[in-house]
Amino acid sequence: MMKKLFALLLVAVLALSAFGGLAEGVVNVYNWEDYIDEEVIALFEKETGIKVNYMRFTLNEDMMVQVRTSPTAFDVVFPSDYAIERMIAEDLIQPIDYSKVPNAGNILEWLMSPDYDKEHKFSIPYMWGTVGILYDTTKVAEPVDSWGALFDEQYKGEVFMLDSPRDALGVALKYLGYSVNSKDPVELKAATDLLIDQKNKGIVKAYQVDETKDKMVKGEAALAVVWSGDAQYAINLNPNLAYVVPKEGSNVWVDGMVIPKQAPNYDNALQFIDFLCRPDIAAMNTQYIEYSSPNAKAIELIGEEYTSNTNLNPSQETIDNCEFFHDNYDVKQLYDTFWGMVKNAK
Amino acid sequence: MSKLAFPSWAVWLMALGFAGFIALVVLSIRQNKGIKRSLFAYPYGLWIVIFTIIPLFLIGYYAFTDKTGAFTLDNFKNFWDSNYDMHKQLAEMGHNPADLGITRGLVNVDTLIYSLWMAFLCTLICLGLGYPAALFMADRNFKLGSTLVILFIIPMWMNFLLRTIAWMSLLEDNGLINSLLTGLGLPKMRLMYNSQAVLLGMVYNYLPFMVFPIYNSLNKQDNRLSEAAMDLGADEMVTFLRVTVPLSLPGVVSGITMVFMPSVTTFFIPRVLGGGNTEMFGDLIERTFLSADNWNLGSALSLIMMVLILLSLTLLRKVDPEGEGGSTI
Repeated sequence: MMKKLFALLLVAVLALSAFGGLAEGVVNVYNWEDYIDEEVIALFEKETGIKVNYMRFTLNEDMMVQVRTSPTAFDVVFPSDYAIERMIAEDLIQPIDYSKVPNAGNILEWLMSPDYDKEHKFSIPYMWGTVGILYDTTKVAEPVDSWGALFDEQYKGEVFMLDSPRDALGVALKYLGYSVNSKDPVELKAATDLLIDQKNKGIVKAYQVDETKDKMVKGEAALAVVWSGDAQYAINLNPNLAYVVPKEGSNVWVDGMVIPKQAPNYDNALQFIDFLCRPDIAAMNTQYIEYSSPNAKAIELIGEEYTSNTNLNPSQETIDNCEFFHDNYDVKQLYDTFWGMVKNAK
Repeated sequence: MSKLAFPSWAVWLMALGFAGFIALVVLSIRQNKGIKRSLFAYPYGLWIVIFTIIPLFLIGYYAFTDKTGAFTLDNFKNFWDSNYDMHKQLAEMGHNPADLGITRGLVNVDTLIYSLWMAFLCTLICLGLGYPAALFMADRNFKLGSTLVILFIIPMWMNFLLRTIAWMSLLEDNGLINSLLTGLGLPKMRLMYNSQAVLLGMVYNYLPFMVFPIYNSLNKQDNRLSEAAMDLGADEMVTFLRVTVPLSLPGVVSGITMVFMPSVTTFFIPRVLGGGNTEMFGDLIERTFLSADNWNLGSALSLIMMVLILLSLTLLRKVDPEGEGGSTI
């Protein structure tokens, strides 16, 4: 929440300074809050002489509203997988001219044909990661390897869930053996009942998003559903914490770089994307943000420190066991209504 | 929310409004009429039209239309039965909602009742705590009175979001209070992540809005009135009950209004101190607008809440017909 307000303020300030957005030598970048090493922007401006107008968002949904209503305001945007799928469907983004992005060749092979953008035409991966359980080894009886721990009554009042319909229902769907992209009302109802039962038994301590990582560092709960990057951040600060992608499988996600259809500075956008794909720059960002890198050469540069870390660099087996989120626009209403039932179960 | 936060058309509109204001002032001086007083209300009037009247119409428009913009009452049916739209979609998908165990959804109605109940409790507690506090502060023989006023005002210099987050670090399982308890060898207590913590946060945030109106009405009371009552044979109790309290009623009514209204619409506090376990109506409206991206239903919910607040204000107006306490709109 604070992050959001801060982002709003920053964006308001930036927006005022961005009036010259159409001028030559400018690239308008719209990225997630706290998702780049600021040094990288300075380096890009220094090397190319192109000025970066940097703007931030905290939700894919907010970002899409902005791109729809001000289509000429942005040159490079960083949507997640299912949002890329939606933006392709709504014809909001344009294909990438790969001849001008030579560094795109550094991208890991399994991310070259993701099923949200099959032909790899519209997006280049920026960061990726998984969803899993962050747990406090001093507070759990046995090592956690299943989503089942989240529904186990021995952890009463010790579980943080994600306060988001797709992520919370996705966890329950996976535990029940269904797809995180299920559109079947019977499966969704079963997942909802599981979450309501979990809440009524008093297992859930809180539904939250941004607060979780810092609370886990302080030892507020035994188990929490988190994104892998947040897990790495927390583990660095509290060595008693561990992260696992449960054996039932999970959600693997990618945040990509795309160019809106009416971007005013197409060539500068390509230059910026290519810069972020450069191994040394990608390595800088990965080490700063601590999410997984899609860049093979950057991973080589970081070396052992990255490759030996299974949170950042899970095995291919773990990845294959996970699914991308897909656009669920047609059943979004069902998800939201079911989620309302969970949030208001008493 | 990027550039829309302060779009250029708004700048031009404001500039236009300001230019119009200057033009009217100049015109009125040119015609040797001096500056008309009513002219000074002009910028404020424009402000009200742009930021209050037009948004109100927009809420009304969204509440009575669907996504395509056609007239519908479905949003209100969705308020009454939160599964109404879901029933329709399930039927289209060839499912029988009853087979899935989906009946009438009470999410919206229950949340509203819960919010009204929480707001009622919050107002009651604020009145119970606030009236004595105001009495002390207004008592001219009580030397610490003015210090108390300052103590009430100082926390308000800080934004309420930050103050609420500060409560979180006090009440957490590993927070300050529980650390003290364990330090003393006492067991930890679950102080947060429940509706009691939400109520505490609400009372803490809204108490000053109860105290100050009562303090003002007590402070401007003529002391000679109570002296006269005493001279005529009333003891302190009777004087208090039959002179002081009735004269302070406008302040009480104003305090109740100023606490009850923001209490019903509270959001954020349930999420921070209640751990998002129980939504209040404000949270529900926020979730409907943002996460569920349903502006039509969100507007209908807002409209319902506004009507309820209007009704309660009308009731209060009966107690305080002159509107001294600010309960008139």
